[in-house]
This record gives sequence, C-alpha cells and structure tokens, in this order.
Amino acid sequence: MRTGQKTHTTSFAILGLLLLLTAFTNIHLGSIHIPSGDIASILTGYPSAEKSWDYIVLNYRIPKAITAILVGSGLGISGLLMQTLFRNPLAGPFVLGISSGASLGVAFLLLGASLFGGVFAGLAQQSWSIALAASLGSFFVLGAVLLVVKKIRNTLSILIVGLMFGSISAAVINVLSYFSNAEQLQQFVFWSLGSLGNLSWKELALFSGIVAFSTVLLLRSIKPLDSLLLGENYAQSMGVALKKTRRILVISTGLLTGVITAFAGPIAFVGLAVPHLTKLIFNTSSHKILLPAVALNGAILLLVCDAIAQLPNSELTLPINAITSLFGAPIVIWLLVRKQKINV
Amino acid sequence: MSDVKNPTATSILRSEQLAIGYCSKKGTHYVAENLNLRLERGQLVCLLGKNGVGKSTLLRTLSKTQHKLGGTIFIEDRELSEIDSSQLAQKMSLVLTEKIPDSQLTVFELVALGRQPYTNWLGKLSSEDHQKVDTAIKQVKLEALSHRNYFELSDGQLQKVMIARALAQDTDLILLDEPTAHLDLHHTIEVFQLLKDLATNTNKTILISTHEVNLALALADDLWLMRPDKFVSGSTANLIESQDLQNLFPTEQLTFNEKLKQFVFRTQDTDTGLPSKK
Repeated sequence: MRTGQKTHTTSFAILGLLLLLTAFTNIHLGSIHIPSGDIASILTGYPSAEKSWDYIVLNYRIPKAITAILVGSGLGISGLLMQTLFRNPLAGPFVLGISSGASLGVAFLLLGASLFGGVFAGLAQQSWSIALAASLGSFFVLGAVLLVVKKIRNTLSILIVGLMFGSISAAVINVLSYFSNAEQLQQFVFWSLGSLGNLSWKELALFSGIVAFSTVLLLRSIKPLDSLLLGENYAQSMGVALKKTRRILVISTGLLTGVITAFAGPIAFVGLAVPHLTKLIFNTSSHKILLPAVALNGAILLLVCDAIAQLPNSELTLPINAITSLFGAPIVIWLLVRKQKINV
Repeated sequence: MSDVKNPTATSILRSEQLAIGYCSKKGTHYVAENLNLRLERGQLVCLLGKNGVGKSTLLRTLSKTQHKLGGTIFIEDRELSEIDSSQLAQKMSLVLTEKIPDSQLTVFELVALGRQPYTNWLGKLSSEDHQKVDTAIKQVKLEALSHRNYFELSDGQLQKVMIARALAQDTDLILLDEPTAHLDLHHTIEVFQLLKDLATNTNKTILISTHEVNLALALADDLWLMRPDKFVSGSTANLIESQDLQNLFPTEQLTFNEKLKQFVFRTQDTDTGLPSKK
C-alpha cells in the first residue's frame, strides 16, 4: 500500500452487507406478517404461498424500500455537498431553507387552489406537478441564498439567511393554510409529515431517473469538491472553474432535494446527520470516498428509520419525519460529545 | 531595471501600465496605477509596504483572483486574461493568509491537492504525483507529520504544509501573501530561509508580500516597495542609493540605518552608536 492512501474496502464491504440486510428486513417487516422464506422467493422471482403476499411485496414494500434508499442517499449527498460548498458543518438542505422552499412550492400548489382557483386545482391532482412545484420551490430558495452569499462571505451569516428564508416560507405557508379548506389542509399536512410508501413504479422510475441524473452530474465534481476543502481562493488557484463548479453543485443539490421532498415530503435531519456520521466512521474528507459512503449510510439509516416507523406487527405507521429526527438528533449529539470536534 | 537585456525571453511575469483597485457601485477606486512590474526566473522578490497600501490587492490581481482595472499582465509570453484557470494552475501557485476551513485532510492529502492540475477527473495520483508530493513534504522537512491531520499542526507547521502544497503544484512561480503573519521569529526565519533556498536551488520565482522588512532586506534579490504615491522596485543597494527605502514608512520613530541595512527605532540610535540621520 502506498503512503498516505487509506483503503476503506472493509468498511465499504460491511456497509454493503448492512444495506442488503436492512433492505431485506425493511421489506420483511410490515403490518402483515410474511415469512422470510416467502419474501426471499418473491424477491428471486418465484410465487409465494399466498397471492396477496406477492402483491404486497411487489407493489408496496419493494417500492417503499427503494424510495427509502433513494431518499436517504440523495439527502445525505446533498447535505455533504452543502457542507463542502458553504464550508460549514451545519449546512444541510434543511438549515439552508431549501426544504422549506420545496414545501413552499407544494403549499402553493395544494393550498393555493382556493386562492388562485381552477388551474391549480387541476394540477394538484397530478403527482408530477407536486414534484415540479417542490423542485421550483427549492431552486428558488437556493438561488436566493446564493445571491446573498455573493454579497456576504461570512458563513455564519449565510446560515442565518437560510434560516430566515425558512421562516419566510413557513409564514407564507401559514397564510396559505389560513385561506384553504380542511381537505386541502389535510392533504398538505400529510405530505409534510413525510411518507415513503405512496409511490407507484412509474413515479419511482421518474424519481430514480432524476436522482441518477444528479449523481452523474456530481461525479465530475469530485475533484473540485476536494480542493474546495481549502476554500474558494485556493480551489481556484489549483485550476477549479469556480462558477461552473458552484453552478453544478447548486443544480444537483436543488434537483435532489426538490425531487425527494416532492415524492417523500420534507424529511428532516438525514441531510445534516448522515455526512457527519460518515466522516466520523471513515475519518476522511476525500469526496471520492465520502460520496459513495454517504449514499450507503443514508440509505441504511432511512431503511432502519422506516422499519421503526412501521411499528412491526401493528396496524399503525408513524410519520417517517418524526422517526428520522428522534433517531438522528441523539446520534449527532452523542458523536459531538464523544469527538468534541465536528468538521466540514 | 535597465539591466535586463531581453525582457520577453526571461521574464516569467511582467506587467505594462497595470492599474489595480476595486470596482463598486460608488465608482472605481484605484489602489495603484501605471505599474510596470517584472519578475525574473530564480528570483526571490519581497513586496513591502505599510498596511492597507494594496499589497494583497496587487497579489490578487497578479494571480487573477481579482480583476485588473487597466493595463496588461503577461505570464511568460501570454496575456494573463487569456490563460484559463486550469492552465494558470500549472504556472502559478499561491499561499494565502486566509485560514482554511476545518476538515479531516491529512498533511499528505492536503499537499497532494496541489497535484490536481495534473491528475485525472477523479484526482487519482500516479506514481509520479506520489513522488512529487513526497519530495515537496521533504523539502519543507515535515516527513514525520505526513500522516497527521492538519488541524493538529501548529501555525508554523501548517504554513510549511501550505508551502509544500504550492511546491507540489510544480509551478515556476509562487506567490505568497504574508506567509509569516502568525509565526514567531524562529519560524519566520525558517520559512524565509526555505523560500530563499527554493529560489536559488530550484530556479523558482518567488514573490512574497511581507512585513518582515529586515529579513526581506537581508534575503531578497529584489524589493518591490509600495507607497500610496508611488511604486519602486530594485535591489536593496539601488533602493538605498535612491533614498526610497528611507521613505518607506512615514514615521518619526522608525528610521533606516544604512550601515546596518536595517530599520531601527530612532531611540536605539544612541545605543548602537550609529547615527542614522541623513
């Protein structure tokens, strides 16, 4: 082995196994008990003992597990990008108001129907229009944050600006809720609690397509991301085309956050916690390692959270958003106390 | 500077009628104008001037981090504005004053970032890259710390790591903005000696903006003096002769002692027995 190069093969192998294990467990658990042997045969393409089991697993549990994987890895990745781009360990889709922007977009669509009438009401029935509204909303806030970032270079101020945008969005949502009817309000509240389980295979295809597209965009940015660890001026002096890199990072983060929030609701915390968790496990800042590791960890974390939210063997399902925070916040606190130090 | 025989063939950097400063809504603020600069290969040049006179602005303009307000800058024979950032990264490296954000980079990884202009899209280091990184770390004598996280280092060690990173970037030209600003006397001298050796032994051109006037006088091949009203350059001897060094700081307490070739407190003059009154 060469000096200075860390190999992380074992860690990746363990995480890969964990992902398979949690995915299987996630599919296994649910309100109806299906024996693991039957699950295995359904997964390998054979019919199980009962036809309804086939239906549940293929059309409900597998799409839900895939959604969890996409949401967890996507949010983790966008959190990592935000932290490097803003050189701030507190950055994440939520803190910077991007998720709130997505919520604002969806609120306009779902709640605005009574205010703006006809066209919105028709659009609100389409799932792709929710995705579009959420993406537009997150782009809008991200763009606004970046405009402010151009003026102020202090990273702490940037975070405060993000929080302010978040509270402006919240205020607008409040006004919109005030004028909307109970049915619309319920639809919005359910969306905002987050859910991984309502996606059809068709929607899932669109979802994975967008996540894959953003990820491909990002692959070209691995090298610039590493030099951004030294700050923008150094990065530029090492040949990074700053404006282009920033644009790519913003577009892919906006796309990821927007589409995830659209399909699964504003899932809290994963974007902030997963990158830190990963950096502590892998003890590196190299994005070549961090990007896939964050994706794996995010997927695992969300599969576990979703399994808990299912409350196995009961009819109840808790909102996923509550579980991610309940589960994620103590982890970050524990890590901070143990390590005493948190890095970009 | 009349002693340069064929400037275009030797100058690694030169400028013609360069104007530097800031553009804002209120208008254009010129920091300096009509700068005709010249840097030769293998030279160690120190940029001196009091705080706020525009040393950093000049370095930023020369390194294309900031727009020039007029005139032209040439790197070798090409105009700076026509060189894109990835090409420029193979010609010029920087050591800045700014604090770098916390991260888990090791010393080796940080220095290896300097190889980015030469590596593939994933930043994979070839064996040649590895060797250059190792050499750079060896040049600043930090082999023992190579695998430590950089946030464990002292300011002096960190500054050497940043210099090693610039060395790994393998450029003919290195610009350093106050590289010894946070260092004690011992490390300051060490860094200056290191830079002097690099200029002499590796034929690199090194431009340092600094407040270590006396060290600069002792080690630099050429000095650039920046004053609000004018810019002069030349060797220490020439600048003493032209009385330009004596006028660098417009203060009563500090005077230039021509015999010692040092700036001294006026009160110390009687102690040293070397009156510096002109």
